[in-house]
Amino acid sequence: MQTASHALPHPAPAAVHHHEEAGFWRTYVFSTDHKVIGIQYGVTALLFLLFGFGLMLVMRWQIAHPGEPVPLLGPLLAALLGQMAPNGVVSPDLYNSFGAMHGTIMVFLAIVPLAFGAFGNYLVPLQIGAPDMAFPRVNMASYQFYFLGGVVMLVSFFIPGGAAQSGWTSYPPLAVVVPTDGQTFWLIGMVLLITSSLLGAVNFIATVIQLRAPGMTWMRMPFFVWAQFVTAFLLLLAFPPLEAAGIMQLMDKVAGTSFFLPTGLAVSGELAKVSGGGSPLLWQHLFWFLAHPEVYVLILPAMGIVAEIIANNTRKPIWGYRPLVFSALTIGFLSFIVWAHHMYLTGMGTKIATFFQTTTMIISIPSVIILTCLFMSLWGGSIRFNTPMLFVMAFLPMFGIGGLTGLPLGFSYSDIHLHDTYYVIAHFHYIVAPGTIFALFAGIYYWFPKATGRRMSEYWGRIHFWSSFIFMNLIFQPMFAQGMAGMLRRLADGGLNYSTIKVPEAIGGLTSFLISLHTYILWAAVGLGLAQIPFIINFFWSIKHGELTDSDNPWEATTLEWQTPTPPPHGNFDHPPHVYRGPYEYSVPGHEADFTPQNEPERVQTRPAEAKPA
Amino acid sequence: MNSHAPEHFSLHVRRYLYVFYALLFGTVITVGASYIPFGHHTLNIAVALFIAICKASLVACYFMHLISERKMIYGVLAFTVFFFLGLMFLTVWSFGDFPRHTVTR
Amino acid sequence: MDIPYTVQPRPDTGLYNAKVGIWLFLASEVMLFGALFSSYILLRVGAPEGNWPLGWLNVPIGTVNTLVLITSSITTVMAWASLKMNQFGKFKLYHALTLCLAMTFVAIKSYEYHDKFTHYEITMADGRIFDGHLVKNAPDHIVIDGRAVADRKELFNLHAAKDHSHQQITLKRSEIKKLENYGPWHNTYLAIYFTLTGLHALHVIGGAIVIGFLWARGDRLWKTDPERFTNRIEISGLFWHFVDLVWIFLFPILYLL
Repeated sequence: MQTASHALPHPAPAAVHHHEEAGFWRTYVFSTDHKVIGIQYGVTALLFLLFGFGLMLVMRWQIAHPGEPVPLLGPLLAALLGQMAPNGVVSPDLYNSFGAMHGTIMVFLAIVPLAFGAFGNYLVPLQIGAPDMAFPRVNMASYQFYFLGGVVMLVSFFIPGGAAQSGWTSYPPLAVVVPTDGQTFWLIGMVLLITSSLLGAVNFIATVIQLRAPGMTWMRMPFFVWAQFVTAFLLLLAFPPLEAAGIMQLMDKVAGTSFFLPTGLAVSGELAKVSGGGSPLLWQHLFWFLAHPEVYVLILPAMGIVAEIIANNTRKPIWGYRPLVFSALTIGFLSFIVWAHHMYLTGMGTKIATFFQTTTMIISIPSVIILTCLFMSLWGGSIRFNTPMLFVMAFLPMFGIGGLTGLPLGFSYSDIHLHDTYYVIAHFHYIVAPGTIFALFAGIYYWFPKATGRRMSEYWGRIHFWSSFIFMNLIFQPMFAQGMAGMLRRLADGGLNYSTIKVPEAIGGLTSFLISLHTYILWAAVGLGLAQIPFIINFFWSIKHGELTDSDNPWEATTLEWQTPTPPPHGNFDHPPHVYRGPYEYSVPGHEADFTPQNEPERVQTRPAEAKPA
Repeated sequence: MNSHAPEHFSLHVRRYLYVFYALLFGTVITVGASYIPFGHHTLNIAVALFIAICKASLVACYFMHLISERKMIYGVLAFTVFFFLGLMFLTVWSFGDFPRHTVTR
Repeated sequence: MDIPYTVQPRPDTGLYNAKVGIWLFLASEVMLFGALFSSYILLRVGAPEGNWPLGWLNVPIGTVNTLVLITSSITTVMAWASLKMNQFGKFKLYHALTLCLAMTFVAIKSYEYHDKFTHYEITMADGRIFDGHLVKNAPDHIVIDGRAVADRKELFNLHAAKDHSHQQITLKRSEIKKLENYGPWHNTYLAIYFTLTGLHALHVIGGAIVIGFLWARGDRLWKTDPERFTNRIEISGLFWHFVDLVWIFLFPILYLL
């Protein structure tokens, strides 16, 4: 395809590179290489993912067996946390802190660093044909801020009073008046994490704008890169208001200000000794201004991964590349003006509620377009059912369920009934757990051979997939029913005090059937945890003992990251690759192989009659 | 920034000085205008913000070279301004829009 | 393979990498200060009639600070222009001025903060209210330079206050019920004032540190890679102009309106 982009002049390097052997610390800890940083993000994030999962298991025990000591972990909790876990029983305060930290850790320390920090950092420069990120030292700094933020969050569990206990949403006045410094640690941790994300976002956007290889036009970029690009913009522009709000809440906690504390606030029966005049709603607006775009940060990289793996394993181009790109851009834009659908029950008037309801409904359209394009991409494909493809195929209906169940929440009228119930928990977990996390698993199995030169075991991969798939559904399906029946979130006793078990004459009380579902959910959660063991073993074992790949491009993929040595060396490419075609040239009629890499030069036409233009 | 030959820069320098004088003038009239009783305080706010926006535009266009900058930068800033205005106006609107009467039966 | 376009602009975008980076960063800063400005508006609009302080900040001092920053903006752009015209000596002079002006700004701001921290509102046990600057701090009594007011509300609108006279007043500590200075805890106006100007001042200090570092170490990089050094001065200058921009809005909103 003749494009207007002639070869971009490549400036001669200012100095010849002398790659002295850097020591252990410069190579593995203080590296500025995007691949090393990507792996650092990945390993740290997976550890946080496991830790957040553990918090949830303890919570689910308490919900299913309120007041009983936690088996196995009980003595450890009592030893480490003292009064918060007397005799190994989860106290209500501990339950609240686990709940708040589970959300915080999963969103900010696990999923986003894995989806954006790990996959994005490792793959974006490779996929656009760049030697590294635009600002390698800023990249290193962004990981270090993330690490610091994570340390602060972890340390907060062990201070007197415990970790933050007011939900990952940290609504004041509660968050400010709860007598623990854990909230202060949370706020400081958030400032560090936000700084990390901002630095990363600047890097990603500048890299995609400036460092695309010659011939890599915008519409030849893999959809994965577009997804990461939009994600970076969301992080760049949506995080600062939360940082401002975090600073203000920090001032409230530490400097005695009243940004979010209303006049006449009473705490423990006494008038609080603050100036008052603040607004709790102000926090909510600033928080959700970030937190809504944040959910698109959680899903867009996953959609990018899914697109890559579908194209590769159907051996045909993605259906609807242009609609996908424009939908991703539209989602990015609209996500900034829908946030108050998280606040329908704050007493807002009907006009403003209608505004946000309208924009919320509109934003569902590009989401459906993306899912439709991904589904349509399967049609007529020659599907290879390897482990990455299994996870990706499960992603499609799971994300469908998650997305569709969001519609009653987006309508302000039905949200009155469903707000703050288990229905909400089920909705967003369906999107993130069998949604995003499945896509991330798929990505790990898919790109593992590029980073290590070995494959992960297909056999254990399938066991990991099927067991995770079954258990995830068993955990979250019942929650829709519980939520619709009125079971509220964040109840340390699992709703027992609102049930007909405790209060038989209560009208509309939670039935014993609904309460009994807690036990099944607990067992499913334990099952899900056990299902991860083969994955963890597979991951580490395969680094040294996995089946060696016979080529640098074992999946026979078209995108640039597969056209490098394995693993890619420092600088990725010897010379800037020249890109001749789009990212999904699979099964092109007239070509011998069923795929043509983006940087393969135009073939000499020996038989012009049969050749078709690329 | 497109590299200009050193000799042409004297033109640019003159422009910077004019902008500087304009900014000084703008500061003086901002302070002065704040003492004029316009009747309704909203007018004072409007005047002060208008002058501030003019001064800010001068700094952005000339000192920060935005007026000769690339489309890419304009694009980024346009979205930023839109989202900032969205945050501000939607939040203020939602504070003002709440049910003011209750229905009692 | 080296990272391209670190100094030479990329042809189709016309930009070098760091310039893209700094504008993106400034966009995020617009959102940061924008959120604080929005909070200011909400807190003020939400305050009951007559409950918002007016005239609590010294306008002449604020005007001087505004002029200081505007001047530092022109010295910044002139410093960059001097490098573009190959006049390293002039660059050094202009940015030395920039740094002096930055320190002046911070010094004046510190004076203003000190003034607030030494200004007290005192409620006596019998309900009388006094307001003024602390002159003497003894174990059993304090002396303020201020006035008595009949109602707290008189303290808010200083524009409307008819009587600005003040004298030395001695108060016994044993009779004092509440003693609070004009820190960010005193009311939401002061809270947002200190937060906005404090964050802004941190940006002034940060920008000055970067410019100072480049100014001090510039001789070497100017000799080895003059174009790269000029770009760094441009980038740090863009940040500095942004800091000036924020103050252009802060000044009227906090001091005049």
